[in-house]
Amino acid sequence: MALLQISEPGMSPAPHEHRVAVGIDLGTTNSLVATVRSGSPTVLPDSLGRPLLPSIVRYAKDGQVEVGYAAQAKQATDPKNTIVSVKRFMGRGLKDVAHIENAPYDFVDAPGMVQIRTVAGVRSPVEVSSQILRVLRERAELSLQGAISGAVITVPAYFDEAQRQATKDAGRLAGLNVLRLLSEPTAAAIAYGLENAAEGVYAVYDLGGGTFDLSILKLSRGVFEVIATSGDSMLGGDDFDQRVFCWAVEQAKLPPLGPRDMRLLQVRAREAKEHLTFHGEAPITAKLSTGDVLDLSIDSETFCRITQTLVQKTLGPVRKALRDAGLSVDEIKGVVMVGGATRMPQVQRAVGEFFRRDPLNNLDPDKVVALGAAMQANVLAGNKPQGEDWLLLDVIPLSLGIETMGGLVEKIIPRNTTIPAAKAQEFTTFKDGQSGMSFHVVQGERELVADCRSLARFELKGIPPMAAGAARVRVTFQVDADGLLSVSAREKSTGVEASISVKPSYGLADADIERMLRESFEHAREDVHARALAEFRVEGRRLIEATRSALDADKALLSSQELNEIEKAMTELEARLAAPDHRAIKQAADALNRATDEFAARRMDAGIKRALAGRQIGSL
Amino acid sequence: MNAGAARASTSSGLQNHFELFGLPPSYGMDEEILEKAYREIQARVHPDRFAHAGDAERRASLQWTTRVNEAYRTLKNPVQRGRHLLELRGIDVAFETNTQMPTDFLMQQLELREELEAATGGKDSSRLDGLRSRLRLQETKLESEIAEAIDGKKDYAGAAELVRKLMFLERLDAEIDSAYETIEQ
Repeated sequence: MALLQISEPGMSPAPHEHRVAVGIDLGTTNSLVATVRSGSPTVLPDSLGRPLLPSIVRYAKDGQVEVGYAAQAKQATDPKNTIVSVKRFMGRGLKDVAHIENAPYDFVDAPGMVQIRTVAGVRSPVEVSSQILRVLRERAELSLQGAISGAVITVPAYFDEAQRQATKDAGRLAGLNVLRLLSEPTAAAIAYGLENAAEGVYAVYDLGGGTFDLSILKLSRGVFEVIATSGDSMLGGDDFDQRVFCWAVEQAKLPPLGPRDMRLLQVRAREAKEHLTFHGEAPITAKLSTGDVLDLSIDSETFCRITQTLVQKTLGPVRKALRDAGLSVDEIKGVVMVGGATRMPQVQRAVGEFFRRDPLNNLDPDKVVALGAAMQANVLAGNKPQGEDWLLLDVIPLSLGIETMGGLVEKIIPRNTTIPAAKAQEFTTFKDGQSGMSFHVVQGERELVADCRSLARFELKGIPPMAAGAARVRVTFQVDADGLLSVSAREKSTGVEASISVKPSYGLADADIERMLRESFEHAREDVHARALAEFRVEGRRLIEATRSALDADKALLSSQELNEIEKAMTELEARLAAPDHRAIKQAADALNRATDEFAARRMDAGIKRALAGRQIGSL
Repeated sequence: MNAGAARASTSSGLQNHFELFGLPPSYGMDEEILEKAYREIQARVHPDRFAHAGDAERRASLQWTTRVNEAYRTLKNPVQRGRHLLELRGIDVAFETNTQMPTDFLMQQLELREELEAATGGKDSSRLDGLRSRLRLQETKLESEIAEAIDGKKDYAGAAELVRKLMFLERLDAEIDSAYETIEQ
C-alpha cells in the first residue's frame, strides 16, 4: 500500500512514522537479509544463528520446497531437483547456459527464459529465486515482528535489463515491495564508505559465485557516484570449482559421471578450493556410486596454475572500467574486495599487483553487500533526515540501442550514463494511414544487432491516420533508477499517446507472473487477516492525516472539483476505518491515493520550481 | 528491424541547461559550481527520495531527475556544451550535415588516424598513449579557442566550426579507446 509522501522533498517524516525496510543480497552461492536497527546495519540470522542462507532450492514430489541448508544437504543425493546457483540462469536463454558445464538439471528450452524440469513440475529461475527471497522475507518478519515496508535487492552491476527484470519479478512473487535494485559494488561502497568515512576515488572488485563486477566510484560526503562499471556476468567462484572438478576427473581418469557423482565431486572441489585459502594442500576424497573411491590431493601451486586464466580474465573489465573512467591505477585511492571468492590468495595477489597497493579487506566480504543494501533501504524508507542521508548516483552498465536498417545498432543511451536517463527520437510513417510501428531494443557495445543482446520488441499502436511522412512520433526510451527500460510514444501534431506493448526477449509476461502469484497464494499457510486489519488501519489514519496537512498547505493548487473528490475519498476512508473489513479499508485507501496522486505531483513540482527560482547566480 | 518507422529528425528540447543550474550562459565554466548545483538539485528530485511516494510523484521525480542528468551531462562535455550554447543563440552546429572542414585540419586528422592504425596494427599501447596525449593537447587548445569565440568575440558562426572540429577529435578519442581494447584481446 503506497503511503503518500506529503512533505517537502527532502523533509523527513515525523519520528513515529519510522518504516522498517531491509536489504537483501541475493547471491549466487549465499543470500542474506539485513536491516538498520538503532542506527546500525545488521545481518539477520536464522533461528540457529546462521547469517548466510545457501542459495539452494530443492523441490520434492509432494510439492514441498526446501531452501538453504536443508536443501544443500541433499544436493548430492537429489541433484536434478536441487537447484544450485540459480542466479546464473536468471534472464538467460538455453543457448546462454548450455556452456555451463556439467549442470545436472533437466533444462527446458522455453521461450523467454530457460526453465528447469523438476519432480514438482517445470520451474522458471524467477520462481526458484522467489523461494529464496520468500524465506528471507519470513526471516525478517519474524525477527522484526511485523511486516516490512519494502526491500532493496542487490544485483551485479553488470546485470543486463533481462536479468534485472527477472530479479524484480522474483521479488514481487515473494511478496516483497521492491524499493530499488541496487548494484552490488555500489552497495559495498556504501557500507565501506560510511564505515570508514572514506572520500576519494575507489574501485570495488566484486568476485561472487557466478558474477564479476568492477566498479569505480567517487566517494565524497553525502554522495556516492559511480564513474564507470564493467564486469562479466558469467564469471565467478563456481568457475574455479569447475577447474578443480575437471582436474580431479582427469587425474583419477574417471569415466563419464552420472548426476549424483557429478554433484558430489563438484561439492568436494569447492571444499578443496576453500581449504586452499588457508592451507597449502587440500584433500579430495569421495566414494562414488560405482563403488570407486576417489582419493586425491591438490596443492596451491597446482590450483593457481589451473585457474590462472580465470584470474587474468577478471583484469580485462578492470582495464576497461579504468579507461572509461579516464583514470590510471595511481589515481585509485583503494580497492575494496567483495565476494567470498576474493579470499583466494592468488586473487588478492593479482589485484594487489595490478593496482600497486594492498587490497582493502577490512569488511567481511560475505556481508558487506547486504549491509550496504540495508543502509540504502533505510534511506529509501525515509528514515534518514535530510543532511544525514546521501545521494546515490549509479550508471547503466551496457549501452542501449535500437535496430536500424541492415541489422545495425544505433546506440541511444551509452554505457556508464548516469541513470535515470532518457533519449527521445522522432520517427514518421511510410504509408498513408499507417497506425503502428515496432522497435527492437538491444543491449551491448557491438555494431551488429546479431552481436548484441536482444532485450525486447516494442509495438506501438494508435497513431492517428495521416498521410505518409506527416506523422511526428516522438518515442522516448527511459531508463529508471533500477536500470530498467520503459518506452513511451506520442504523436506530436495531434498529441495522441500511442499504446505500447512490450515483448521481452528473456522475461516473463505479466500473465505468467499473475498466474504464479495466484498459485503461490493457494499454497500459503499464513493467516493474514488479523495482522492486515491492524496494518491497514494504521496506514489509513496516516494517509488521512497526511492528506489533511497537504490540503492545508497547498489547497490552492486544486480546482474545486478536484478538492471535492479528495474530500469525498477522505470521508469514505474515515468511515471504513471503524469496520473490521481490511479489504474495504484497502479499497478506500487506494481510492484516496488515486484521488491525491496528481495533487502530490503538483506539490512536488511547485516545491522544486520554488527552490530553483530561489537560487541565484553567485549565491553558491 | 524498425518496422514502419522512418527517422524524421533527432529531438532537440530547447530547455536552457545553464538556467537550471543557475549558471551564466558562457562556454568558460567553473566545474565545481556545476557539480555543487547538480548535487543540490538531485538531492531534491532523485527517485530515492520518493521510493514510498505515489505513482504520479514518482513519475514526476523520474522526469525531473532525467532532465537534470541530461543537463549535467551536456554542460560537462565540451562538445555538447558548445553545441547547446550555440543552439540557445539559434545556431545549429549541424554535425551530421555540415562535414566541410578546412584542408589543413583534414590533413592533420588523416595523420592522426594513420598513427592510430599503425599503433593498433603494431599492438603498441605506449604508442597509443602518445597519440592520446597529442590529441588531448589539441582538444584543450580548441576548447580555449571556442571560449574566446563565444564568450569573447561573440563570433558564433566561427564557434560553430570550431565545435565541429572538436567533435571530430572526440570521435578519434573514442576510437583510441576501441584500439586499446583490440590490442588487449
